[in-house]
Amino acid sequence: MFAEADAVLLARIQFAFTVSFHFIFPAFSIGLASYLVVLEALWLRTGRQVYLDLFRFWVRIFAVAFAMGVVSGIVMSYQFGTNWAVFSDRAGPVIGPLMAYEVMTAFFLEAGFLGVMLFGMNRVGPRLHFLATLMVGLGTLLSAFWILSANSWMHTPAGFAVNGDGQFVPADWWAVIFNPSFPYRLVHTVIAAYLTTALVVGGVGAWHLLRHRRMRARGGAPAGDDGPSLAGARTMFSMAMWMAALVAPLQILAGDLHGLNTLEHQPVKVMAMEGHFQSHPDGAPLILFGLPDAAAQRVDHAVAIPKLSSLILRHDMNAPLDGLDTVDPSLHPPVAIVFWSFRVMVALGLAMLALGAWSLLARLRGRLYDWPALHRAALAMAPAGFVAVIAGWITTEVGRQPFTVYGLMTTAESASPLDAPAVGASLLAFVVVYFIVFGFGTWYILRLMARGVQVQEPAPGGDEGPIRTAGITPGPAERIARRE
Amino acid sequence: MDFDIVTVWALLILFAVFAYVVMDGFDLGIGILFPALRPGRGRDQAINSVAPVWDGNETWLVFGGGGLLAAFPLAYGVIMTALYPPVVAMLLALVFRGVAFEARWRDPAHRPWWDLAFNVGSTVAAFAQGVILGALLQGIAVEDRMYAGGWLDWLTPFSLLTGASVVVGYALLGATWLVWKTEGETQARARRLAPLLGLGLLAGIVGVSVATLGLEFDYWDRWTRYPVVLLTAQVPLLTAILAYASWRALRRGRELAPFLLTLGLFALTFVGLCISVFPYVVPRALTIHDAAAPPASLGFMLVGAVVLVPVILAYTGWAYWVFRGKVGHEGYH
Repeated sequence: MFAEADAVLLARIQFAFTVSFHFIFPAFSIGLASYLVVLEALWLRTGRQVYLDLFRFWVRIFAVAFAMGVVSGIVMSYQFGTNWAVFSDRAGPVIGPLMAYEVMTAFFLEAGFLGVMLFGMNRVGPRLHFLATLMVGLGTLLSAFWILSANSWMHTPAGFAVNGDGQFVPADWWAVIFNPSFPYRLVHTVIAAYLTTALVVGGVGAWHLLRHRRMRARGGAPAGDDGPSLAGARTMFSMAMWMAALVAPLQILAGDLHGLNTLEHQPVKVMAMEGHFQSHPDGAPLILFGLPDAAAQRVDHAVAIPKLSSLILRHDMNAPLDGLDTVDPSLHPPVAIVFWSFRVMVALGLAMLALGAWSLLARLRGRLYDWPALHRAALAMAPAGFVAVIAGWITTEVGRQPFTVYGLMTTAESASPLDAPAVGASLLAFVVVYFIVFGFGTWYILRLMARGVQVQEPAPGGDEGPIRTAGITPGPAERIARRE
Repeated sequence: MDFDIVTVWALLILFAVFAYVVMDGFDLGIGILFPALRPGRGRDQAINSVAPVWDGNETWLVFGGGGLLAAFPLAYGVIMTALYPPVVAMLLALVFRGVAFEARWRDPAHRPWWDLAFNVGSTVAAFAQGVILGALLQGIAVEDRMYAGGWLDWLTPFSLLTGASVVVGYALLGATWLVWKTEGETQARARRLAPLLGLGLLAGIVGVSVATLGLEFDYWDRWTRYPVVLLTAQVPLLTAILAYASWRALRRGRELAPFLLTLGLFALTFVGLCISVFPYVVPRALTIHDAAAPPASLGFMLVGAVVLVPVILAYTGWAYWVFRGKVGHEGYH
């Protein structure tokens, strides 16, 4: 009995670990793919060199992030079977086709056109190359569509029946795909990916702006790549700050709507997010901070604003809100985790909003490229998107415990009949391999980011060594530039 | 024969697995052959020949896994649980290999280590896939819609033999691919290695076939019952013919033919597997109909597959076409 419980816990840790690692890469590559589409479109339209330089700069980073996403994603597609066989058997008829569509519409599209996007500029010319970039970008969005549909169905199952073998059988695919939480989750997640990328791009731009400032202060501006590199840093910083300023408020709105949707379909999750152990018949307070104590069913040292929670969730100060005391304790999610991860996400969201507002102010004053404190703030916020995405993910996934298919199938029921040693050993192997492999990937991406935007290499065979394949030939760019 | 959507899906997944074996087979094979290629130029050339396409190749593995989950969810759950260690080993090896692919270019200071990781990752992934095949053929214990065996049941001399055979087979695919796509010293080395690997693969095919007939199920009966034997006997016959033809093609200095003929050999082994296994998905425990998802799931997916798979094949073909011709050690010109 004990060993069995342990195996489930280990399987959960393994899933959480591998999915969190995996999620980082698509969260970045969804936004980055769209950014590359925009950059290449701008380059084709205007012929300005700086857009091509930026494209070349970011496409290398995309290649590494995408490869990490693919290999960590293969693991995910098999883990349902290895660790969650009963879930696969019972929910497979609904979840499986959604994932099959993800593979057919998205993965092949991305992988098929990636080679051309990375290596094919001098083979197919700028127009077809742009088509390849567009297809890769489209692929990342389609992928988000299907996988979030599958994920949302597990939160708000709809359009199904249950057969004699206990399997969930699809009855209405439209209802399955567009299940109640899906539109909200899709919008919230895709915007999150865009914001994450904007913050990374902004952070890298800021870093280079600060570097140039330092070099100027020393009086030793290096000749040659200094000019375009500075232009590249400015352009990416400006584009990223526009994105942050416009999209951060939208994201807060989307998050609010998503929260209201959760209140409707998964009220227990919201109770955990809010730390509402008790019911509040006449207006619930908003607990800003505190230490949830699940055993005692209370939040210690709470700092709360009276009635505000009811105002946010019900748009009425005095509306009653149920607490966890109305729910059987065996159906409570781990409150402290949900409570804290939610606060981390919201705090970072507000910080992003502030950064965007600051950048608007800087623009207004004409100091966007000349305000070191803003650049330092943008640099500090560079990883904030990743942290917020993971925190939001934890909030929603831990918040639906103890279920995998909400209200219908528990996590404990879902697991494979495996011995704890098997799961434990594989977990250890995953941890070791992931830290080596993705440690390298992250280190390498950071190094690429630090290198600065290179001016177009004049002669083929620049610094790439054996992979000149990865270079995009200067031919088309120069042709277009000259035409101006 | 009536239109049976379950059989259609079984064939589609078989096709996905075959597409995977064909495409990732040669790029895993290049990893397996890495120690035999000259460090530096030779290896760069080999890597460059697959760099633009390997992401797409591995996607077929995701399609195979995802398709199995979608179309045969019960089989997916049972097989993955039963073969937990080799499946996890395969996944980790693919992770390692995929990253080593990028890293050996980007981190030249540690290139010998990344080359080793690429080689070991490719070999382990291929071996694990072979073990998975062998473990399936020898059968999996199923009770009450769940795997009912221990976590090392898959480990037998037979599964080790299939594992080794797949490693040799992929290496042959890799070698014949290099004969086609490279020139100079790398091509010469690949051409020298190919006949040896071909002999190895033939030995593997014979060994696995004989051992399969000796397994406890009705494999022997299936292959030798009259008049079926008149059909089944064509498989080894064709295998022998193709093997001879590819050996001749190599000797005559042909470049593309050896690769295509090796693909033919792989196709024949697939036909052989179907003869042994069909209509089971987990031999003698679950038929494809036992394990199939409900018609609502299969029909919904089939609509997509009928439209999308040809499109996928078309643009995959286009991507290969864009990068046609010999690859230099410095890349495409």
